[in-house]
Amino acid sequence: MTAATDRWDRPHWIGFAVVVGLLVAAPLVLPPFWQRFATEILIWGLLAMSSDILIGYTGMVSFGHSAFFGLGMYGAAAALLTVRPPNLWLAIVYGLVGAGLVAAFVAYFATRLRDIYFSITTLVFSQIFYVIIFTWTAVTGGENGLTFRQPHLAVPGLADVTFTPTVLHWFVVAVVALSYLLLRRITRSPFGMVLQSIRENEPRTRAIGYSVERYKIVAVLLSGLFAGLAGVLYAIQNKFAAPDFVFFLVSGEVIIFNVMGGIGTLVGPVVGAAFFLLLREGLSRYFEYYLIPVGIIFILMVIFLPQGFLGFLRRRLNQ
Amino acid sequence: MGFEPILVQTVNGLVNGMILALVASGLTLIFGIMDVVNFAHGDLVMLGGFVGASTMAVTGNFWVALLVAALVIAVFGAALQVSTLRPLLGRDPLTTILATFGVSLVLQKYALWQWGPSARNLQEPITGRFDLFYLQYPWYRVATAVLAGAIIGALWLFLKRGTFGIWIRATTQDRIMASAMGIPVPWVHTTVFAIGAAMAAASGVLFGPLGGVTQTMGSDFTLRAFIVVVVGGMGNLGGSILAAIFISLLEAYASLFVSPAQAVIVSFVALILTLLFRPTGLFVPTPK
Repeated sequence: MTAATDRWDRPHWIGFAVVVGLLVAAPLVLPPFWQRFATEILIWGLLAMSSDILIGYTGMVSFGHSAFFGLGMYGAAAALLTVRPPNLWLAIVYGLVGAGLVAAFVAYFATRLRDIYFSITTLVFSQIFYVIIFTWTAVTGGENGLTFRQPHLAVPGLADVTFTPTVLHWFVVAVVALSYLLLRRITRSPFGMVLQSIRENEPRTRAIGYSVERYKIVAVLLSGLFAGLAGVLYAIQNKFAAPDFVFFLVSGEVIIFNVMGGIGTLVGPVVGAAFFLLLREGLSRYFEYYLIPVGIIFILMVIFLPQGFLGFLRRRLNQ
Repeated sequence: MGFEPILVQTVNGLVNGMILALVASGLTLIFGIMDVVNFAHGDLVMLGGFVGASTMAVTGNFWVALLVAALVIAVFGAALQVSTLRPLLGRDPLTTILATFGVSLVLQKYALWQWGPSARNLQEPITGRFDLFYLQYPWYRVATAVLAGAIIGALWLFLKRGTFGIWIRATTQDRIMASAMGIPVPWVHTTVFAIGAAMAAASGVLFGPLGGVTQTMGSDFTLRAFIVVVVGGMGNLGGSILAAIFISLLEAYASLFVSPAQAVIVSFVALILTLLFRPTGLFVPTPK
């Protein structure tokens, strides 16, 4: 195990440095449309990565990530609408608190259940939040959602710049790269190992003496926090929060990202998000109902390529 | 508030409950026999409704439309099972959620492409009404409940009496043993999926005159059918029917106080409470 990780450590860090370097350089060469697109891929990639903790590492398929993502958005909206002048860091804190509270609530109930029951419960919870947000027009703006002004990227005493698309892109690259490093560290920590052992064999993990439920709760909480962070970034990029993003179809798309890219790899879901969004972008120019071919490709991948692109690649490399 | 709205809502809840029971019994049958959580089940309801609406536009006869929709969707369901779910047999049930979720996406967009975003209303075949306190209650609603009950009853007889029904029950109990006794298990699976799809299609057509057929109704039906199946106990036919009525009554009473969009939350809460305190289902004997 250690030998294997050492062998792949150096290529991993070189690859990481190259990818981050390319992403930082991207806005300097890409036209505005694709620059925005790259930023969006990274944000959805972060959301997909956050759900990989559950799907890939703990073996729990969550259909509730739209709720965490959406609460991140609405949390950011709350901070940006109530505090003058709009403050970026406060938006992040509010978003994380919002997503964290919801995640704690969902985790407390849903983690007592396993497999499909967990999936259905998370789905139902996200629908509850959807209905509340959709119908509580006085606070959430109902169907129309909320719009707000973009905050400045301000570090007290150091810098204060407005979010041009390029600055926003760099900011998103920084946040996603840091989140990736953090998540990688977490999944490789003893805590992450326990999660993986829950995935492999839950009764045995329990028999060894681990409090499986407590680990699962923390996993859902962590996953929800990162999903909320993605929601905050998306809110800042688009300057609005809408109930559509709390609807469970978003959770479904996140699962599609994971399966396409390869679950349990952290990088895979980002690749999957990029693939899905590019596919959608490419197809939607020719065919209004692009989700039909995308859905068929997804079904074929579930049947024939259950490990996703990265899992497939990894198996090839190990041969 | 008087006593009468409560009685009216009781009738409404019973009628809606029977349609939901028709959807949910197909779903629970499919889950019971092959551990497939069919995320596209509501979209089969929707597709059935559209096929029924198109047939009715041609023939003008509701009952022909009902029959044609059930048959077309049964064949479609069989094809879907053979192409998508058969390769997944024996894998983690979660992969079937993923695959059927993909199917649901495709079907929804296909319906949008073929039939457009506007709702189709089917003409009621029975136009009579009777007095129910302060309103004229359509006989068609009562007929729907009776017909849904009759279809479920027929299914129950089919499972209990026919040779094929015995095969289905045997496969549900022990797939490998059934296969060893010479039962063609893959075809039993396909047929059960076709039956479940036909029942979904029938409920789509029956629901048509009540609520109209739209391409987004599928996910709503899927979600409600899931709730019913879990509250009634996964794979338990009788439990699903009771749960369907229970949930629909709850929602009907709740909509006396809040908007129907918010009344859904009541059934969500019922589901979560069931999962927490009685995860095997409300309407089944306590497991020993």
